[in-house]
Amino acid sequence: MAKQKTSHTKYKVNAGDRVMSVLIYVIYAIFAFVCVYPFYYIFINSISNNDISARGKVLFLPKEIHFTNYTRVGQIPGLADAFKISIGRTLIGTALTVVIAAFLGYMFTRDTLWKRKLWFRLVAATMYFNAGIIPWFITMKNLHLTNNFWGYVLPMAVQPFYIILCKTFVESVPHELQDAAEIDGAGTLKVFFYIIVPVIKPILATIAIFAAVAQWNAFQDTLLLVTDPKLYTLQFVLYQYINQASSLKSLVNNATSGNLAASLAHAQTATSIRMTVSVVVVTPIMLVYPFFQRYFTKGIMIGAVKG
Amino acid sequence: MRKWFANPRNKRSFIEFLYICPFLALVAIFSYYPLYGWVYAFFDYRPPFPLDIHKFVGLKWFISMVENPVKAKQVLSVLRNTFAMSGLNLFFSWFPMVFAIFLNEINCRWYKKFVQTVTTLPNFISWVLVFSIAYGVFNSTGAVNTILQELGITNEPIMFLQSDRHIWFKMWLWNTWKNAGWAAIMYIAAITGIDGELIEAAKVDGATQRQIIWHIEIPSILPTYFVLVMLQLANFLSNGMEQFYVFENSFNKDTIEVLDLYVYNLAMGAGGYSLSTAISMLKSIVSVVLLSATNLISKKVRGEGFI
Repeated sequence: MAKQKTSHTKYKVNAGDRVMSVLIYVIYAIFAFVCVYPFYYIFINSISNNDISARGKVLFLPKEIHFTNYTRVGQIPGLADAFKISIGRTLIGTALTVVIAAFLGYMFTRDTLWKRKLWFRLVAATMYFNAGIIPWFITMKNLHLTNNFWGYVLPMAVQPFYIILCKTFVESVPHELQDAAEIDGAGTLKVFFYIIVPVIKPILATIAIFAAVAQWNAFQDTLLLVTDPKLYTLQFVLYQYINQASSLKSLVNNATSGNLAASLAHAQTATSIRMTVSVVVVTPIMLVYPFFQRYFTKGIMIGAVKG
Repeated sequence: MRKWFANPRNKRSFIEFLYICPFLALVAIFSYYPLYGWVYAFFDYRPPFPLDIHKFVGLKWFISMVENPVKAKQVLSVLRNTFAMSGLNLFFSWFPMVFAIFLNEINCRWYKKFVQTVTTLPNFISWVLVFSIAYGVFNSTGAVNTILQELGITNEPIMFLQSDRHIWFKMWLWNTWKNAGWAAIMYIAAITGIDGELIEAAKVDGATQRQIIWHIEIPSILPTYFVLVMLQLANFLSNGMEQFYVFENSFNKDTIEVLDLYVYNLAMGAGGYSLSTAISMLKSIVSVVLLSATNLISKKVRGEGFI
């Protein structure tokens, strides 16, 4: 048959398929635009003439580019502190979560562990229930973890889902590896550090990314547990700015009114503050995003095996 | 006892248990201990006074949800919102799957990769940032209103955020904007995992692309879809509160308040501690029942559960 004569003709291409194919390209271009444009929009507005931007006239290209907004938001009291807190909780919280997931994931594969199945089930079960806000708050209060930096990291340290990911991964590693090391006299911990950790690095990278994003984006715990402005996170401060941008505007403008040269174009507006802080908050995600993207599918597929 | 320890295997098993003890303690403290707080649902608890046995009220709060007309009305309206939002998500749960199938039809590799990258990005930003972006693009001087006015479609800026019109649908749209690209990754991975020879064989037999999608791709990703729908059903009452908290304002308060947000708002309001606990307790119990039920259905249909 004619169709089979040329092997590179994958399937019949008729006019209908052509139209379909073009349509698909166009529709996905729209999806991509809808996802990208908002980020682009806040960025160009944060570097445009503030007066024009506040009137909503900066749509596709930045107008009268300047970067004073970025130096000015630094003067908002508390922003630098919030940045430190967010970085701190992301680093410490991620490290804790990853180490615990790796270690427990490994320990829960060991037949020698006393009551292994029981402990594993008790840990895994916590994925499926939640005491609720008030009992949670009272617990945290009793433990003196309200208005406390450790209130950000300790409760999120043991993540059953990541433990299951690690456990599944360790189970897929040939057991002979561990056996050989143990015959050579390696103890439980030695096997973990020298055999297991190097082998499960890929899954640990995946977990680190998810844990870091969760820590960086966390908002609810600040809302519930923290009243001390020194412990506010970047997300929380951003939320406050969105709602109070107009009062902050006057604050920042007054602080710099010493030099009256601050023209209308560079004077802070509610819009400029919102946009600029948003860019500050989203930048770390944007910076690491290209690097961690390749771990997505891997992580999700391992999760799907068990999930 | 001593005899038990004399066996090196038993000794090792106990030492291994000691290793995981600190982490089990974390789980006990942060996941199991808060459950004790459910007793507050049976008292008339007013912080900061300690729990007083004389304030034991039995099932008063549970009954008040049904008998007190004001409370009952609130609970009904909150349930309606929760059902609407979860229902919409469930109704459109096929969207990421279809998104993945047609994305897979794109032959141009870099374009496919590009679309996948940018549509996944919103999943990694917080709801606060989503709101900040929404505010930037949709407020009265935002991009959308500027464009609409310049095109002469409307003279007055449209209040997208400060209104309760179509709020359920809008919330679904934001949720989809944030999550659909990410959810599609799992389906894309599943499609990529289909045996290439199967598709080749179909092509040799003269199958059109439409037939390949319909008879090979969809059947092979349906199990994934099924599991995800079951999980969505299990989480029917849990919409989370962050999205609705950040988008809530005095205009849309009545239609946006879902169960999780209601529990929070009650807790923050005066004297709502006990009622809030009672509701989160009920919610937790119903969720566990839903989970067991869906797991059972999954076992019946697929032969295996997902817990």
